[in-house]
Parts: sequence; structure tokens; C-alpha cells
Amino acid sequence: MTPDELATLAHLRRARDMIDRDYAHPLDVPTIAKHALMSPAHFSRQFKAAYGETPYGYLMTRRIERAMALLRAGSSVTDACMAVGCTSLGSFSASFSTITGETPTAYRSREHAAVEAMPPCIAKLLTRPMPPVQQPQRAARRPQSSTIREAQTAPVS
Amino acid sequence: MTVSLQYVNITVNDVDESIAFYCDALGLEVRNDVGSGDFRWVTLGSPDQPDLGYVLSQPHAGRSQADGDALQELVTKGAFQFVFRTDDLDATFEKVRASGAEVLQEPMDQPWGPRDCAFRDPSGTMLRFSQAA
Repeated sequence: MTPDELATLAHLRRARDMIDRDYAHPLDVPTIAKHALMSPAHFSRQFKAAYGETPYGYLMTRRIERAMALLRAGSSVTDACMAVGCTSLGSFSASFSTITGETPTAYRSREHAAVEAMPPCIAKLLTRPMPPVQQPQRAARRPQSSTIREAQTAPVS
Repeated sequence: MTVSLQYVNITVNDVDESIAFYCDALGLEVRNDVGSGDFRWVTLGSPDQPDLGYVLSQPHAGRSQADGDALQELVTKGAFQFVFRTDDLDATFEKVRASGAEVLQEPMDQPWGPRDCAFRDPSGTMLRFSQAA
């Protein structure tokens, strides 16, 4: 591995760490790409090559995971949406449905007694949403149009 | 019969940089430095846990080019982590941060129990520190 390839991987790792740390802030792919010193389109390709999913997909999965915990605790859908850094309720609901297979309203209103009975560390693992690439059965049941779309990226200037 | 962990191997991209980091950030000391060919295996240890050795070596040390490449990629992508216990989380956080480590998470109470913080070592491995109960 050349020093340049190593440096690229380290930039991608720092970008992923940034998503893990700051997902609840307004964060978009161009901003993250800037921290990785790459154009948004190049960054998205490189990130997917390294981690198996796009940075937008990784960010949204992280946000939805947190939103699921907030909804289980009784938060309103709007509050959960805002608390995890999403600014549009429509796109939040669409992403939530894509990733979990149900709408946030349906998820919030259904029974979570089994999750509440688990130790929190177990619940965290079992309720962790999987990106579509890692859930073949669920992906197969869904229409093609519901997969996470890549964020709109500005043309490289 | 008692069985306990004696050595833990930490793969690092640059041995000297990592010796400085681990000695500075965690207060470890060098116990052994063994060279073979182009590679070194450096054992560090803590006076707090004299029976455990931390062995630092590079990804290609004792491995094929292909295996070393694969391991180096995983290390740099941040695939590995170690979790430490500390009796003073805030003091540990300040000490590790002062060494210049990348901060992943400031000390916080986790919903699943522990109060902890996290850093990356110079090669990309996560080091998490958990407050002892």
C-alpha cells in the first residue's frame, strides 16, 4: 500500500468518525467531503469502496438508529426528526421507511415491550438498522424505488 | 488453575511513532525491543498491570505481502479497537488528549451503562476508556 493510499484511507476513516460524532448536527455529504479533502463525488465513491455503503447511507442509518431509540422512548416523529439532524420531515420519513421497513409513525405506535425488557446493550445491537446492502431479504421485498439515493453532489469545479 | 491474558498484539503503521504515543498517552514503558529482518516487535507494559505486555509491530511483520496489505487496510480503516478500564476517566481523557490523539468521543454516560470516552491511536485503532465502577 502506497503512502498516498494510506493517507486516503485515513481521511475516509476520519470522515466516518465525523459522521459517528456529529450525525445529529446539520451535516451533508459536501461538508463531510471537505473534511476528507475530496470532491463530494470522488469522496462518495471512495467511501463506498472502503466501507461498502455511501457516506449518505451511513449517515442516514446512524440517524435512523438514534431516531428509533427516541421514538421508542415516546418522542414525537417531528421531534425525533429534528433531534437527529434531519431538517425535512418528508425525507426523514422516507429514509426511515427504507431502512426499517415501516413508517416512523407506525414504529412509534407499535409495541416495544420486548426491547424495553432487554438490557440496553442488547437492545442497541438488536435494534440497529442495517444498511440495505446488508439485508438481502428485506431489500428483496421492497420496491426498487425505495432504496437510499445518493445525496445530490455539486459538480467538481 | 488460572488463565490470564499475557500479550496483546497491536498492529501499527509506524513503530517508533506508536511507542511515543503509547508511552505518552497511557504511561506505558518499553520492556523489550526485538528485531528480525526489516521488522521489530516492541513490548510495552504498564506498572499498573505488570503481567500484560502490549506488543507493537507493523502489518507486514511475519506475514506475506498480501496478508500484510489486507491487515494494514483494515487497521487504517479503523476496524480494530481495545477497551481499557480507568479509575479516573476525566484525568485519563485529559492525559490522552494532551498527547495529541484524535478524539472520537468526550467522556459521556452511555445509555447502556458505562461512562466512557474514545480516541484513535496514530494508526487508526480505537482506544476506548471506561470508568471503573
